[in-house]
Amino acid sequence: MSDTATQGTGRRAWYEPDAKLKRRHAADRRLRAYGIAAIVFALAMLATLVVTIAITAAPAVTQTMVTLEVEVPEGAVNPSDPRGGSYQKILNESVARIFPEVDTPRELRELRQLFSNGGQYALRDKVVADPSLIGRTFEVVFPLSDIGDQLHKGVIDRDLPRDQRRVSDEQVGWYDRLVEQGRISAPLNWGLIFNADSRFPELAGLWGALVGSFYALLICFLVSFPVGIAAAVYLEEFAPKNRFTDLIEVNINNLAAVPSIVFGLLGLAVFLNFFGMPRSAPIVGGLVLSLMTLPTIIIATRAALKAVPPSIREAAIGVGASRMQTVGHHVLPLAMPGILTGTIIGLAQALGETAPLLLIGMNAFITAAPDSMFNPSTALPTQIYIWADSPERGFTSRTSAAIIVLLGFLVCMNAIAIYMRKRFERRWS
Amino acid sequence: MSVTLLFAIVLALAFVGYLLGRANASGLKAAGNSLHSIPPYHGYFVALWCGLPAFLLVFIWQAAQSTVVDQLLLASLPAHLTEGATPARISLLLGEIKNVAAGRIFGTPEQVTIDAAARYQSLQNTASLAMVVCTLAAAIAGIAFARSRLSPEFRARNRVDGILRWLLIICSILAILTTLGIILSLVIESLAFFSRVPVTEFLFGMEWSPQMAIRSDQIAATGAFGAVPVFWGTIFISAIAMFVALPVGLFSAIYLVEYADKRVRSVVKPLLEILAGIPTIVYGFFAVLTVAPFIREFGMSLGLDVASNSALAAGGVMGIMIIPFISSFSDDAITAVPQSMRDGAYALGATKAETIRQVLLPAALPGIVGGVLLAVSRAIGETMIVVMAAGLTATLTANPLEGVTTVTVQIVTLLIGDTEFDSPKTLSAFGLGLVLFISTLALNVLALQVVKRYRERYE
Repeated sequence: MSDTATQGTGRRAWYEPDAKLKRRHAADRRLRAYGIAAIVFALAMLATLVVTIAITAAPAVTQTMVTLEVEVPEGAVNPSDPRGGSYQKILNESVARIFPEVDTPRELRELRQLFSNGGQYALRDKVVADPSLIGRTFEVVFPLSDIGDQLHKGVIDRDLPRDQRRVSDEQVGWYDRLVEQGRISAPLNWGLIFNADSRFPELAGLWGALVGSFYALLICFLVSFPVGIAAAVYLEEFAPKNRFTDLIEVNINNLAAVPSIVFGLLGLAVFLNFFGMPRSAPIVGGLVLSLMTLPTIIIATRAALKAVPPSIREAAIGVGASRMQTVGHHVLPLAMPGILTGTIIGLAQALGETAPLLLIGMNAFITAAPDSMFNPSTALPTQIYIWADSPERGFTSRTSAAIIVLLGFLVCMNAIAIYMRKRFERRWS
Repeated sequence: MSVTLLFAIVLALAFVGYLLGRANASGLKAAGNSLHSIPPYHGYFVALWCGLPAFLLVFIWQAAQSTVVDQLLLASLPAHLTEGATPARISLLLGEIKNVAAGRIFGTPEQVTIDAAARYQSLQNTASLAMVVCTLAAAIAGIAFARSRLSPEFRARNRVDGILRWLLIICSILAILTTLGIILSLVIESLAFFSRVPVTEFLFGMEWSPQMAIRSDQIAATGAFGAVPVFWGTIFISAIAMFVALPVGLFSAIYLVEYADKRVRSVVKPLLEILAGIPTIVYGFFAVLTVAPFIREFGMSLGLDVASNSALAAGGVMGIMIIPFISSFSDDAITAVPQSMRDGAYALGATKAETIRQVLLPAALPGIVGGVLLAVSRAIGETMIVVMAAGLTATLTANPLEGVTTVTVQIVTLLIGDTEFDSPKTLSAFGLGLVLFISTLALNVLALQVVKRYRERYE
């Protein structure tokens, strides 16, 4: 800079940049470009993640179903105990009526691979609900199997040579016949939400995981919300400044940064091993999650309490309220929006937490939703983990769909938190 | 009767106590006395005395019941079954009895077991009944005692405030109890582990293969517990993550604070923070589904041999997860530098880039370093991404295209499924957990120290 100033020759306009200034400005532009590149990279990764998950999830939006006319012969099912019938056999017979030419055991096996194992249960439930169907012919709608489903959705490329695809030429032919006869439909896949887990992708759903996550979050909320507020109120409003309260503060700050898997180890050693609580149960999961959420809620509550101006407290104490009354009647209600916002964000984090739940066994394979919070169950993220680990191709799209469901819940919770912050936040000035 | 119902009844009793106490006080007031506290506080006092002891009793009872019942049951078993039996044998026996009692019968149990199951059932029933009776008695006794204290001069408000304050203190002590619980459980299990495997072998051994024979008579590997390859894998993957996250996070923070206009900033900053809100299991699946195959194919096309669970995939995705940590910490630190310092630099003719490099970054360094340390601690403790995308076998390699394993991966694989607490395999997970806890704690404390010590220089 000083060089340019002293040179000051008349040949150049005073603002004309020399080589050095050009270099300096180029460095400036480079830094700006690095910044833009960094942001573009981060956002591109975010977009890639969302888009790939959404694309993989797309096939799971619908479930390919087949409609069959089934005849339940009089003697095959006992009307007084319709649960006990051999429905698979009945179903096999009605399949055989559509494909009379299939007779070798190998072909029959391949034919049956096209239909879901859940067909017999769909049929059973229908007969149990209405035993007068026995002896009549009626229509049953049930899922195609994983390979049938993928054939319909084009996941399996039928133009590939036989040894490179998972279905035989006969299976493709049978499937085409079913399509010609108008038996194939692809309605929205409500089973993904309302079925419990299953070994078969076409039958597997999230209901058990949703119920388990709900119970765990309920416990987490019931424990961490009151305890968190109480601890924060004590530290912010009552605690004298001494070494003991310092210790508590340092503790809370450190707990907030302890890796989640360590909380899982704590849950395993203390809740399961020492107290003998049931393995895989949402109550244990909820307790572990509440210990993790507690620091978040305490920190948020303290921030909200700090934001309430001292004049409110002084006014309450001035008219004769006790300190507990001041806090209970005035400070806490004013801080409540901030506290609730922090709580919802904490619960959203708890909902997505996986590692501690794995350690206390919430990744068990359970084919029914839990009746209570003491029954073994999975949770939404652990269910995703189980499905992601399953080798069947159909689970890939279901895993992505489950992730979309999980992200949907998280978006909703965070949206509520943001709305509450905007709507109820008070500016004291 | 279920515990939930019992809780509801105690709550109802507490409400009745509140009404009684308030009515008492109102009566005293109507009789012309001047009360120290308003009637509702008399009510709160009675309700607290009704509810608190009863709830405490239920908790203690619930915690102790199973142990006590087990002991009674064991004492009642024929001597030949329990004498000299190992703890494992006894817990197996108890499990069998409980299964039979719950109706989950496999095969034909012995008569002894069936008898014991019946006894177990009756013990359980007695214990539950006794709990209900004792709890209700405690609740009612609490009401009676508290009511006997009420009088016009009674300082109900002060008493209630005092009780509430103790409740608040207990709640805040819970944080300490959690830490204590973590430390105790990790240390106790680790000590059990180190009594079988020497600490030095664990910390400095070069071979890690913790798979043990399932039965003691099986001939198989006895397991090697040298954790250095595991530590190396953790450090390696975290380093890759920081290699991705540090430049991206820092440059985006610089751009957002110093270059971007307000509108861009208000859009991009929340978008970046979304990255921090995505659950780690989603990143893990993303790594397996997209990033790992991409890296593999890209490497193949260059003729490189890439493992399907390469450290690069796990570390790279972890780096993406950590970007928002670095960027928001750096953002805060740069924003906190006083405007006067920028103005001073501009007044001397510095360009923006020069101001940033020579004035803002040095001034913001403590905050940035603190954020980076916290991010490293986060990377070390991160579990799901590496569980899904990193390898299981511990290899000492500096090749990011090979698979390495991490501390968290080993903890999860060692403890997943049914676990027994007396094999070194299970216990080694707690040893790893202790190392993980200590190292993340040290990083956090260090980060706070750095921020604290250098923060106030410009204020």
